[in-house]
Amino acid sequence: MTFPVLSVITLLPFAAGIFILMLPANRKNEARAAALATAVIDLLLSAWVYLQYLLQDMTGYQFIEKYTWINIPPLNFALHFGVDGMSAPLVLLTGIVMFTGVLISWGDDDPHVMAGIQDRPREFFAFLFLLAGGVFGVFVSLDLFMLFFFYEIAVFPMYLLIAIWGWVKTREYAAMKLTLYLFVGSVVALVGVLAMYWVQYQNTGALSFDMLEMENAGFSTAFQNLWFLPVFLGFAVLGGIWPFHNWSPDGHVAAPTAVSMFHAGVLMKLGAFAALRVGVMLLPEGAKTWSPLIMTFAGIAVVYGAYIAFVQTDLKYMIGFSSVSHMGLVMLGISTLNETGLLGAGVQMFSHGVMTALFFAVTGMIYDRSHTRMIPELGGMVKVMPFAAIGFIIGGLVSMGMPGFSGFVAEFPIFMGVWREQWLVAVICSISIVITAAYIMMNIRKVFFSPMPENLQGHMGDITVMDKVAISTLCLFMIALGVFPSIMVPMIESGVTYIMALLGGA
Amino acid sequence: MFTTQTFASILPEILILAIGLLVLVFEPFWKGEQRRNAGWLTAGGLFVSMIICLLAGRPGDPEMTLGGMIRFDWLGFFLKMLFMFAAAATALLLMDHDRAGKRGEAYLLLLASLIGMNLMASSADLVMLYLSIETASIPLYVLSGFLLDDERSTEAGFKYFLYGTLASTIMLYGFSLLFGFSGTTDLYGIAGALASGKIPPLIGFGIVSLVVVGLGFKVSIVPFHFWAPDVYEGAPTPVAGFLSTASKAAGFAVILRLFFVVFPGFDQIWTMTFAVLSAVSMTVGNLLALPQTNIKRLLAYSSISHAGYALIGVVGFSQFGAASVVFYLAAYIATNLLAFGIVMAYSRITGIEDIREYAGLSRRNPLLGLMMLAAFLSLAGMPPFGGFIAKILVFAAGVQANYIWLVVVGIINSIIGLYYYLNVLKFVYLYRLPNEDEDRHPVPLTQPYMIALVVLVLGVILIGTIFAPFFNWSDAGAFNLF
Repeated sequence: MTFPVLSVITLLPFAAGIFILMLPANRKNEARAAALATAVIDLLLSAWVYLQYLLQDMTGYQFIEKYTWINIPPLNFALHFGVDGMSAPLVLLTGIVMFTGVLISWGDDDPHVMAGIQDRPREFFAFLFLLAGGVFGVFVSLDLFMLFFFYEIAVFPMYLLIAIWGWVKTREYAAMKLTLYLFVGSVVALVGVLAMYWVQYQNTGALSFDMLEMENAGFSTAFQNLWFLPVFLGFAVLGGIWPFHNWSPDGHVAAPTAVSMFHAGVLMKLGAFAALRVGVMLLPEGAKTWSPLIMTFAGIAVVYGAYIAFVQTDLKYMIGFSSVSHMGLVMLGISTLNETGLLGAGVQMFSHGVMTALFFAVTGMIYDRSHTRMIPELGGMVKVMPFAAIGFIIGGLVSMGMPGFSGFVAEFPIFMGVWREQWLVAVICSISIVITAAYIMMNIRKVFFSPMPENLQGHMGDITVMDKVAISTLCLFMIALGVFPSIMVPMIESGVTYIMALLGGA
Repeated sequence: MFTTQTFASILPEILILAIGLLVLVFEPFWKGEQRRNAGWLTAGGLFVSMIICLLAGRPGDPEMTLGGMIRFDWLGFFLKMLFMFAAAATALLLMDHDRAGKRGEAYLLLLASLIGMNLMASSADLVMLYLSIETASIPLYVLSGFLLDDERSTEAGFKYFLYGTLASTIMLYGFSLLFGFSGTTDLYGIAGALASGKIPPLIGFGIVSLVVVGLGFKVSIVPFHFWAPDVYEGAPTPVAGFLSTASKAAGFAVILRLFFVVFPGFDQIWTMTFAVLSAVSMTVGNLLALPQTNIKRLLAYSSISHAGYALIGVVGFSQFGAASVVFYLAAYIATNLLAFGIVMAYSRITGIEDIREYAGLSRRNPLLGLMMLAAFLSLAGMPPFGGFIAKILVFAAGVQANYIWLVVVGIINSIIGLYYYLNVLKFVYLYRLPNEDEDRHPVPLTQPYMIALVVLVLGVILIGTIFAPFFNWSDAGAFNLF
């Protein structure tokens, strides 16, 4: 009996969340300490899984655990966990964002700063961990029902996190919009999932939500063509696919810092991952039929998202729309359905997750001190928080796809893959690189290096040690991946090989 | 003829009767505050009875007892346990009700109605069925109008009574036609007569319609729902909770047995009828819930839409469909009782039923806030709460039966539902009292509330996570139908 590492990773946040809720309300620091301890353990465990997978040159699904949850015909759900080359980096990503998110939310009682979560940290961390547990669960589930179960668990804490601790002006509207969008997407996908279950039963007589079995369920081409779009788009709503991206920037802006990090860093990957895992891998023929449409949507998201980000004056909206653009690249990579494009999509999910978490973290630090996010009202922040400035610049370089950073490792294969399928799309989408470079550099200049406005001078303090640890952690991963792509690329390649087998063999 | 099996088949009812007699005997000796002890007696007695029944009264293979009046099977048994659980929780919630809690009659009426519901779940004969429906209903008419000095309560009782008798008369007419054409009152005998084609389809359609009116009233589906919001609003809150859960579930028990066993030959007619009623109930219930400002009225409309969801499983017309309905009822009973319990606990302290006045609840009593979160998210169908699995199961049954359009309607409705449930939670978690002085306005919970609400919350979570045993029982019950 090996150590059930994946179930521990997944269930630990739930247990910790319940534990934290049971602490007395006035024990704020104890709640924070318990949250940090949980996050560290989860980060270490997910890093351990990742390293094992990497160092032992594993392929296919590993760390498999399977426990029957209910097996009373016609129901058959199993707690079936496992990671492959595609999901192991995402598990690590979740660990990183969870750890840094807790650090950022630590809270600073200095009245000049008032950073982090001051109001009811107990409930905040409990809901955040519910979210984190749901996210881990989606990435490691091999049972379609479980995947859906965790997916829904990951959706609803967002409402509370944004509505209670969010930005006062838009939080109610944004939280409701986000929840409804995601719920619509997930229930649309649910009908497809149920249809797949019953059709599999008709075809093979197997009553099972096991995705490894469903891959061989022999869905007819007509069935796949019918259900691919609802399933893929239903999940891809959470991936911020155009034209269903609208909830995402609003949600980012209204959310508190750690939730923005989770939201852009991990949750949007959840949508892309589920769309890939359920849509493309279980319905490959449907994916082939509809890939031009997906590619069109994704291409529009890439260019349009970048352009909208370019004209924003609110720092968080800018990052929010740049997320739409970058997630568009992920979808673009998936829509190519070839090795290169899928590889790029896999790396981009990780790279963008770390990068955007960093962006939102730094933006949060700036807002906590200057109380504004409007780019024209900011300036000279490098003098106040040099460390954060360095972090933001590194994030910017990743965002532009500079060689030597993780963004390049991700974007280059995506464009190669798109070129092979449809060179025109690649040419059009490459415009986004230019636009991205333009707005990133303009904003870095304005926010950090232009003269500081009068009203901001004098009362801002530097970022805390916790913040510095968080920024360093995030930067470390982006540079390491850029300089040594071999720490991730072979792994994702093994995952891509598996997907290609499904696409070719079907 | 009176064997141990016969005894076991009505063991729960015998025990409930005994509890009722105990309440009657002891109540006159209690004075003042002590009188609420009748609630402890009722709840505790029901709890013990459930244990006794689970140990000694479990059914084996389905068996007709008492001259074919009662069918002793798992469907009846599981539902009886659910009803008794609901009644025990209701008794606890009643205890600290200002005007109803210290009156022994309230508990006695509750128990009388419970006996009727239990028999509804296991009747196998038209006469028995009708008697049990009336036994369950009449005490509830009285309970709804229990607060004599409150106009709304009196109105509720009277309205419920008028609608109820009308609907049951119409249903009785349907029953009489059934007897007239088949020559027997035994449900399984009627099923045989129908199978041999004694009844022409047109008459069959007429009978189905008449019966649907009566049962549609019981489970409050559109267009037989008009009584529900007024009655829920006026009746004492715990009674409203009981009406919206156990009474509704008892109606579904009859629907399952009657339509699955007696009318399988007319399945074309009634599945379509129920599909339309289900779609209309979900949509109308949810749309009318949107503008509500009174939380009890909101819950009333939401319970109308929940009857619609449960009907999707009935439309499925399969063993899995029936199991999904029974499971849905289990999850719904726990969830909705929890919601009504919280409303009761809150309005007892504050006297408020307006949704906007729930502002700051999560700070005034964090535990109560969390419970409300669990209840409303379960109603909205979010994991890890019972409502999620229940909804998935009825949707799965609908997809299996190829009623995709109905499932799509259900899904659109769960989105509407999520919107207004979240809106309530918004007041609980987001808004604050005008002076932000929640610390000075606590909402304490008395012991009976604490017990009832914690048990219900655990139930909601257990049904949503380790749901295997619950589904197993539901499935065993559904198996007995076929």
